[in-house]
Amino acid sequence: MLAIDVEKRLGDFALTVRFKTAGGVTALFGASGAGKTTLVNMIAGLIAPDRGRIRLDDTVLFDSAARIDVSAHRRRIGYVFQEGRLFPHLSVAANLDYGRRMCGLARDGAETARILDLLDIGHLLDRRPGKLSGGERQRVAFGRALLMRPRLLLLDEPLASLDAPRKREILPYLEKLRDEVPMVYVSHHAPELKRIATSVVLLDAGRVAATGGIEVLDAATAELMG
Amino acid sequence: MLELSPEEWVAVHLSLKIALVATAVALPFGLALAWLLARKQFWGKALLDGLVHMPLVLPPVVTGYLLLISFGRRGPIGAFLADHFGIVFSFRWTGAALSCGVMGFPLLVRPIRLAIEAIDRKLEDAAATLGADRFWVFLTVTLPLAMPGVIAGMVLCFAKALGEFGATITFVSNIPGETQTISAAIYTFTQIPGGDAAAGRLVLVAIVISLAALIVAEWLARRAGTRFHGE
Repeated sequence: MLAIDVEKRLGDFALTVRFKTAGGVTALFGASGAGKTTLVNMIAGLIAPDRGRIRLDDTVLFDSAARIDVSAHRRRIGYVFQEGRLFPHLSVAANLDYGRRMCGLARDGAETARILDLLDIGHLLDRRPGKLSGGERQRVAFGRALLMRPRLLLLDEPLASLDAPRKREILPYLEKLRDEVPMVYVSHHAPELKRIATSVVLLDAGRVAATGGIEVLDAATAELMG
Repeated sequence: MLELSPEEWVAVHLSLKIALVATAVALPFGLALAWLLARKQFWGKALLDGLVHMPLVLPPVVTGYLLLISFGRRGPIGAFLADHFGIVFSFRWTGAALSCGVMGFPLLVRPIRLAIEAIDRKLEDAAATLGADRFWVFLTVTLPLAMPGVIAGMVLCFAKALGEFGATITFVSNIPGETQTISAAIYTFTQIPGGDAAAGRLVLVAIVISLAALIVAEWLARRAGTRFHGE
């Protein structure tokens, strides 16, 4: 369970967000500029809120009153970025193994094989990220984040850089990931979220406009359509 | 005609030793400083940046003199290092290495700094979310990606160290077998009648070493570059 109650000011933009998730896949939905990425970066520990608390299960990750700010590398929160951000100087195999090495986890061949199989990336291990297609790159990014055995997986528009056929190619893999680990899934694309989300937090101009099940998406899209 | 005399060999050997030691010792400091200047904002940053670049703009004799009064036997730093660690710079090859390292330092730091500044910080963020602390982020992401800049800086520093003359001769004089590098030896030979042939041979050696350094650097940089893009 993820509990968030934060405030952050960035220039003219103010973010005031409070919500709780019950696990599963939480969609962070909203127009661009609503503060989705800022919020996700706060959960990951890449930027610090001005005030507030972030709690994951029974661990306090951030608490301005108690002066707690667990640094990003200790949070064990997987993050799949929009552009993948694979390390260009490492092979796919070394990219996938990076989180395990840095977190000091024992090698688990069976688990690795299962995830390679799940994402269908076993044949890419010797390649460099520069030689991968967009879809392959994103699947490797999923694998890299999963293999550090995260407590939570953050996905920031993981399909936004892909064209429609690539999106259709990746979505089934994402559906398979749903049961692996709780996720926070950022997107401004409602159809994508409908297929994968179990609950929805609607952000608008730095505030929570609505929370609920995927019916929130319908209401929000209807409103956008006017 | 092209056969080097023992004395000339000593100068060549000494030059290579001094330039290599100067570059190797300067490298960790250069890396730390380049990272600091590229990634951190702190009070006095402009001052530090200026200080690093001083040897580039000061007359080398001035740098040599400043080294002499601070690192010489009676200089505050020189006396401290001699008393506590037994490290003596004045009139030793170690002093030549120090002055070469100082003179080459700005040339070492600048390409590394530029290379670090060019690295997408988002990759470093990604490494952090995967569990890497700052040190490991530097070692596994920043440093490998900055490698072409590191190699360029090392070659420039090495070349500068090999050719350094003014600061070295001011600081540790021109003692054959101890502080007389190729440059100093060439200068000495041009000052004595009949020294032209010896000077000419050392000039050839200097050209060969410099070209070899350039070729090795080019090869290394190319290898580091292709690692990002191909198999």
